[in-house]
Amino acid sequence: MSPSVPLQEMIRAIRSARTQCEERGVIQRECAAIRAQFRQTDNGGRSHNLAKLLYVHMLGYPAHFGQMECVRMIASPRYSEKRVGYLGAMMLLDEKQDASLLITNSIKNDLSHSNQYVQSLALCTLACMGSAEMCRDLAPEIDRLLRSSNSYIKKKAALCAVHIVRKVHELGELFVPSARSLLSEKNHGVLHGAVVLITELCERSPETLERFRKVSVPDLVQIMKGLVISGYSPDHDVAGVSDPFLQVRILRLLRILGRNNEAASDAMNDLLAQVATNTDSTKTVGNAVLYETVLSVLDIKSESGLRVLAVNILGRFLLNNDRNIRYIAMTSLQKIVSTDHNAVQRHRGTIVDCLKDQDASVKRRALELSLALVSASNIRSMMKELLIFLSSCPPELRAHAASGIFNAAERYAPSKRWHIDTILHVLTTAGGDVRDETVPNLIQLITNTSELHCYTVHKLYRALLTDISQQPLVQVACWCIGEYGDLLLKGECQETEAVQVTEDDVLDALEIVLQSHMSTPTTRGFALTATMKLSTRITDNVDRIRSIVSIYGSCIDVELQQRAVEYNALFKKYDHMRAAVLERMPVIQKNSLGQTNGELSEEPIKESQPGKVKQEEMALPQQPAGQNVYLTFHKLVCSTYLNQFKVFFMLLLASAPTVTVYEKNGVTLTLICERQSESGLTVTLTASNSTDSDISSFTLQAAVPKSVQLQMRAPSRDSLPAHGGAKLTQLVVLNNPNKVGLQNANRTVPTSLTSIKMS
Amino acid sequence: MRFLLLFSRQGKLRLQKWFVPTSEREKKKVIRDMIMLVLPRQPRTCNFLQWKDLKIVYKRYASLYFCAGLEEHDNELLALEVLHRYVELLDKYFGNVCELDIIFNFEKAYFILDEFLMGGEVLETSKFAVNVSMEQADTLQESFKVSYH
Repeated sequence: MSPSVPLQEMIRAIRSARTQCEERGVIQRECAAIRAQFRQTDNGGRSHNLAKLLYVHMLGYPAHFGQMECVRMIASPRYSEKRVGYLGAMMLLDEKQDASLLITNSIKNDLSHSNQYVQSLALCTLACMGSAEMCRDLAPEIDRLLRSSNSYIKKKAALCAVHIVRKVHELGELFVPSARSLLSEKNHGVLHGAVVLITELCERSPETLERFRKVSVPDLVQIMKGLVISGYSPDHDVAGVSDPFLQVRILRLLRILGRNNEAASDAMNDLLAQVATNTDSTKTVGNAVLYETVLSVLDIKSESGLRVLAVNILGRFLLNNDRNIRYIAMTSLQKIVSTDHNAVQRHRGTIVDCLKDQDASVKRRALELSLALVSASNIRSMMKELLIFLSSCPPELRAHAASGIFNAAERYAPSKRWHIDTILHVLTTAGGDVRDETVPNLIQLITNTSELHCYTVHKLYRALLTDISQQPLVQVACWCIGEYGDLLLKGECQETEAVQVTEDDVLDALEIVLQSHMSTPTTRGFALTATMKLSTRITDNVDRIRSIVSIYGSCIDVELQQRAVEYNALFKKYDHMRAAVLERMPVIQKNSLGQTNGELSEEPIKESQPGKVKQEEMALPQQPAGQNVYLTFHKLVCSTYLNQFKVFFMLLLASAPTVTVYEKNGVTLTLICERQSESGLTVTLTASNSTDSDISSFTLQAAVPKSVQLQMRAPSRDSLPAHGGAKLTQLVVLNNPNKVGLQNANRTVPTSLTSIKMS
Repeated sequence: MRFLLLFSRQGKLRLQKWFVPTSEREKKKVIRDMIMLVLPRQPRTCNFLQWKDLKIVYKRYASLYFCAGLEEHDNELLALEVLHRYVELLDKYFGNVCELDIIFNFEKAYFILDEFLMGGEVLETSKFAVNVSMEQADTLQESFKVSYH
């Protein structure tokens, strides 16, 4: 085994490797050498070996075999080995490893070591990776060290105590007395540690908070004053600010102590005002202190003058050239926009300007804040800015911006037309990023704005002609053209310039959508339905529509094919119903959604899916399942339009109490339905035979969906004599307790109900 | 502070310090994400980013990126100062520090960090005290043996 090279040579060798493969080779060799060295007894180069392993670990290679070596090194009497051993422990061991328990004893011993640097190694490691058990074990030791006379140890013990409190909350009680006494220290390091410890204790326990509030506020104010007013101290000065780290921590502690407490807030009022006015804000460090001050002022019960001062500081930050400062300002303003809304509104102009900043972080903050600042009075101007932003905003912000704009438009729209225009604008610019419920929401809005139907359909038609790539827009456009195509063809409109189109033009537009490769299946479904609806609204080109529909009867997409076949059937067998089925949708009542399928009623009203004709469950809570037999066209009529549905239904019932469902080879089968109860239905099946020969062993079988209960009573006879001599009747009782709709099953019910066995 | 990372412009990690217990997988993921977030940033953009529920503060010094992950209540501007102070300490110790110093003496970089930060908080606010401690500790290391009391 070749002797392993010293650390720096190894690093050089790894760095000079030209390929990943070469590097791996070097590292494998070195690791093997290191492993061999670990197995040997003590030699001088142990710390070097471990250091090499740590380097390899940092490059991302596995190094778990070094864990035991760390444990051994920590127990070594040599400081150099201890140092690297503890470093290894912090890098390789965490509280989940079993080996970490093994070092508890070493740490305990080292905490009482005579040399402060050994002690500090132990403290540092405990604060880095100490598990809950280790913390519980060693907490009294730490508390003892907090009272030692050595500042170096005290400051480390203080932060170690912070870690212990974070890990095991109950131990906080133990440190309260020592923490209090530490506040009177002069050493900044110790003071800083004490403030952090007290902050941690107060955040965890309200009683401790109370205690510190009573006694410590004057002390803290005193210390702060000393820092702010004192002269230059070379040790702690950073660009003219004396110990900004300590200042910021004290301000944060004051914030926690003054929150929701009048007395404490009063005590710190003057100080905060002083810090806010005296701190130099030309450099980042001064701004850091000012930032913390502003956060504190806004969070405690400060007097109004001070609050105004704080918001003004934020306003100044907004105008700062430094992007970081502007970012910070917007973050802070976001926190107070709900409470101090008017104060923030004053800076709206600057915030809106930040929307145009190059930096993506600043843009994001500006967007959030702008959306929060939209109100009824500024909606028009704000929306203009937001729409400009939307057209040039980075892709990751588009979805958020679009939904924010929709919410704002919904709450503050000054007029319906403005609302519709805004939504259309968003769909044209960022159509790909809007959420799914935008389409039904928009359709609902359009339906309910009956005075603007003409305007809307004209606008959408024009949009469709320009661009068919934005799916949500195309879907809405198709739906509108289908619904209001007659208004489009009339050629006159009050609100906007009318287009002069012929029926062929409109059908051309829809056909382009149908055939385009950019259209998703959903969009094509919309287009096909729209084409079908136009068959009742136009006069000349019904044949063209018929041919389009029949072409799609053999489409590969199953959904489209099903629709086309159904529409075909509507043309052929049920032509008399076509007008009724395809008439204008009624205005959607918001509460009608609650009556749809049981599941849907939980959703908020907004989540209506009026346009989504394809996936709706058939919602007929009042209509028992059996009667759905008639309704192979359930999908045509959107289920949420209950009114229309009921009308259609009544029509059917009124016109056909007896329905012939099977008529073939001389055998006729009819159904009569009678509703018995909320969920029950009886169906009387009557069969008759008009052939020349008798039919014997005639049985009827029925199939229903799982949730519907079926009971077949005994038939009156089991043979059908020739020439309609006698009829066979059989009663079938159906119970639909869940009032579920029948979907595809529906289409097969007629055939399954009439499967006839004939001998 | 949750973590502190140093990486080069080519995305090579030079130092990693984790102040909360994190699994190896999680660490690797965070490192990857940070490198992907920070490296493409343009020169004069904001030094703050939002990543999941953390605030990320980064600063570029020569060929090294210093990247810190902060919690909700931490002061971002102060974090910039913390990063700057660490660079100053390294500079003082190594004398005109460059990336190579940190590569070849990575354990010293860790020791200095451990004198400056502990548990994610600032341990020593004085510029000089940290270097004094480091010198003394190094001297101790040179000495031959340390005995138990």
